[in-house]
Amino acid sequence: MSVDTATVRHIAKLARIAVTDAEVESLAPELSNILGWIEQLGEVDVSGVAPMTAVIPNRLRLREDEVTDGGIREDVLKNAPVAEHGFFAVPKVIE
Amino acid sequence: MSALTDLGIAAIRDGVKAGDFSARDVAEAFVAAVEKGRGLNAFVAETPDHALAAADAADAARASGDLKPLSGVPLGIKDLFATKGVQTTAGSRILEGFTPTYESTVSGNLFAAGAGMLGKLNMDEFAMGSSNETSGYGPVISPWRRSDGGNAALAPGGSSGGSSAAVSARLCPGATGTDTGGSIRQPAAFTGITGIKPTYGRCSRWGVVAFASSLDQAGPMARDVRDCAIMLEAMAGFDPKDSTSLDLPVPAWEATLSPDLRGKRVGIPREYRIDGVPAEIDAVWDQGIEWLRDAGAEIVEVSLPHTKYALPTYYIIAPAEASSNLARYDGVRYGKRVAPEQGGLNDMYEATRAAGFGAEVKRRIMIGTYVLSAGFYDAYFNQAQKVRALIARDFEAVWGQCDVILTPTAPSAAFGLGEKTADPLAMYLNDVFAVPASLAGLPAMSVPAGLDGQGLPLGLQIVGKALDEQGVLDAGLAIEQRAGFAARPEAWW
Amino acid sequence: MSDYRIHGATGEWEVVIGLEVHAQVTSEAKLFSGAATAFGAEPNTQVSLIDAAMPGMLPVPNVECIRQAVRTGMAIDAKINAWSRFDRKNYFYADLPQGYQISQLFHPLVGEGEISVDLEDGTTKTIGIERIHVEQDAGKLMHDQHPDHSYVDLNRSGVALMEIVSKADMRSPEEAGAYVRKLRSILRYVGSCDGNMEQGSMRADVNVSVRRPGAPFGTRTETKNVNSVRFIMAVVEHEARRQVDLIEEGGTVAQETRLYDPDRGETRSLRSKEDAHDYRYFPDPDLLPLELSEDFLAECRASLPELPDAKRARYENQLGLSAYNAAVLTAEVETARWFEALLAELGEDQAQRASNWVISDLFGALNKLGKGIEDSPVSPSDAAQLLQLVADGTLSGTLAKQVFEIMLETGDAPDRIVEERGLRQTSDTGAIEAVIAEVLAANQDKVAEYRGGKDKLFGFFVGQTMKAMAGKANPQVVNELLKKALG
Repeated sequence: MSVDTATVRHIAKLARIAVTDAEVESLAPELSNILGWIEQLGEVDVSGVAPMTAVIPNRLRLREDEVTDGGIREDVLKNAPVAEHGFFAVPKVIE
Repeated sequence: MSALTDLGIAAIRDGVKAGDFSARDVAEAFVAAVEKGRGLNAFVAETPDHALAAADAADAARASGDLKPLSGVPLGIKDLFATKGVQTTAGSRILEGFTPTYESTVSGNLFAAGAGMLGKLNMDEFAMGSSNETSGYGPVISPWRRSDGGNAALAPGGSSGGSSAAVSARLCPGATGTDTGGSIRQPAAFTGITGIKPTYGRCSRWGVVAFASSLDQAGPMARDVRDCAIMLEAMAGFDPKDSTSLDLPVPAWEATLSPDLRGKRVGIPREYRIDGVPAEIDAVWDQGIEWLRDAGAEIVEVSLPHTKYALPTYYIIAPAEASSNLARYDGVRYGKRVAPEQGGLNDMYEATRAAGFGAEVKRRIMIGTYVLSAGFYDAYFNQAQKVRALIARDFEAVWGQCDVILTPTAPSAAFGLGEKTADPLAMYLNDVFAVPASLAGLPAMSVPAGLDGQGLPLGLQIVGKALDEQGVLDAGLAIEQRAGFAARPEAWW
Repeated sequence: MSDYRIHGATGEWEVVIGLEVHAQVTSEAKLFSGAATAFGAEPNTQVSLIDAAMPGMLPVPNVECIRQAVRTGMAIDAKINAWSRFDRKNYFYADLPQGYQISQLFHPLVGEGEISVDLEDGTTKTIGIERIHVEQDAGKLMHDQHPDHSYVDLNRSGVALMEIVSKADMRSPEEAGAYVRKLRSILRYVGSCDGNMEQGSMRADVNVSVRRPGAPFGTRTETKNVNSVRFIMAVVEHEARRQVDLIEEGGTVAQETRLYDPDRGETRSLRSKEDAHDYRYFPDPDLLPLELSEDFLAECRASLPELPDAKRARYENQLGLSAYNAAVLTAEVETARWFEALLAELGEDQAQRASNWVISDLFGALNKLGKGIEDSPVSPSDAAQLLQLVADGTLSGTLAKQVFEIMLETGDAPDRIVEERGLRQTSDTGAIEAVIAEVLAANQDKVAEYRGGKDKLFGFFVGQTMKAMAGKANPQVVNELLKKALG
């Protein structure tokens, strides 16, 4: 699959990673190469095969409805780059 | 003091118990070795106080008669495990300075078993790599050198390159690693040590920085099979905080170890004979076959037909899961933040992630984002999950004919730093033998089997049935005893 | 068939409405973490490391959240999927710490169901429900606390939501409003959501498109996070109008997300085409498929209370209430509970009278006080006593109203009030006859007019008699004796 620079920019945007023009230029062939190699999966006959949903057979456990957590604001904010008045602070968002 | 750093986990544990030496002496010896070994860049952070405190506790426990399974044993902890109060970076600059207020279940288990921590081990960034060259904290340099006298710096393998380098250089008797697509086994093979990735779900992933959730597994790296068994027993166990954790008791792997393989069948998958792999790799594989035969096993040729699709399958699923798992590194709640002047929220996201992530991580996030994006989900991700089911089915079918599988661990010995960084694909091919067992969630281990023509270690991989770590460890022990691998890197650091 | 139409310059248009209601699940702890869900806590004090998406954190589902969603599905006669799965919906926003929301796209917990709504014209319409799934709520962003910063509070992050997706079956603002009211009522009956729209525990995304009657569906817009029934109806009206005007002027409706501005009474576009979301859904690898046992489902079913439609039918058919009364009393679960507590003491044979009293007298008083029935100053027990006093003849209707007023003011029980103030009605024929005789004597001219044919004057005599007896005379006896006296 050939990935062009417009696609690279679009993907970078979806992934919220700023890319320079130089990076876009080098990423396009790199990604094309990798994706081209991946494409051989298309030749596998998967008719009737369900996608794997659990690696090792196991049941999803449901936990009891009890408050066992929270009340740890200090821990939650401890590594915050910017925290004010008990909130995380981010650049102003206009909705 | 160098004698103490030659000891493995079992020897230290038993020696402390017997009173042959104090845990404190052991810890001090390794602390000194870690300091002396800084040239390897194996450690991102050193925590001598932690190791010494644990040692003192071990000595006190010995006096009061309640020693724990790992009392007196100092370990290296891969920097992917959250350690309370100690910086955890996952090898990335985006988590520089991040200090968790919580302890991962696995490291907590080890410390509760009496072990101490010498420091946090360097690794490929977010566990993405096979050479420890993608770390944001500089590459780890293998303690091994080629015998050509050229002094080229070699890769210790990855992503657990700090772990493998530290153990093989005797900076610690054991270390934790994680294995998503070979990241315990391949570095173990490159550095002549032993490492096992247990069945998916054996070790809790709680507190392990996530790379690819359906593949990540913690495991021990040490210098022999017994040490791995000891460590794994302490690491493993059901954790209700991890929904993928297996609710099963931890078997007594060490006590039940047996190199007697009579009545066992060893499968040799024909698809693992690949063109272009050095003859020495095939030779050590053939040698391994003979050793297992000598141990009493019946050797059986088997087929795992979808083997060649395992790598591309892995390189769809792992990046896809990673692209989502790494979305939380956005500069809002922890880690690095880069907020451009006059910029808004999106600008902050984009600048932070561009500055914080290295090239390989960015590449994989982009691949992952792409294969999940609108219009491609069915062709790529869904298709990969189906092929994954077929790969797992291949193994299921083969267990009818054999009990364990023997293959080489890696398609080459350690390569030089910088030798494979030009082409990402070339780097990915390092995982060709390791990835199938990861996709199927099966236990797999690497044991050192010999040296190549340049004096570099070569490893053999044993893959077993789900939950049959014992079978894997036993076969590994049978090889270990016959290989007599005693080579060790000569200290250039 | 709804005949609601938008009258455009070029003709008539129909509006097509679908609603996605997000209802916060009533539970102690969050969907995937053990932090509390209570409203109104100090910022970031109900946040676990999982909710804050710290490195290495993992989700573990809460059984009660699943249970509530299943019970809700059963209450709308929907298909319950014993096997369902969680998927990740990936996007970036400051209120979404993981960078993805754990939701259910491919295999939701609940499938198709339906709700029956009553319309003003007396007809009933069935609105289809496409599916219900469980998902995480996001945190809260505040933009007005600081000039350059927005503030993030993650207390709400990870609270369980049920997303209830209707089919595009609604055709008027009225139908949309009726649907939401009925849905809210059902959720409160089931106890799976408190339906408090002001607090945000229930909100709707309103999907609106227009078309010529009979034509295929047009392009729809989605107006997000509308948090009152009134606003929902206003959005429908406004959006339909906006789209009709746009199309008739030669434009095309863009498929976009909009926000409602209640101050301006209009919707505005929220996201530009550039930011079109590609959510890259995939099954969450930290969770296994959700499998519910027969026993679990049976327990959910057994735990359901009598639901509004069934209750209403029972009130009509078994208790003999009028259709109107039955509808009013079952519209909200608190009302029905109050009424049934009243009947439990009064007896079901009095149900009709009790229903009339509740609807006119009690509701009238509560409206004046601005209180809901949960805050009624008069308890069902006291009300039962009051109505019993009427039933056994102690009080006339008029006296009962008086006593009720005093009950509202003082909170005293009716029998005490009657005792203390001697408000018993009298049926003493002797006393009444005496008073009647006085009244007739004092109004001989009117007596003559009445006897001359002016029947309407009867009421005058009744009034005078009652007044003279301070309202305590038994009205039936007064009537009988007056008829006799007047001839």
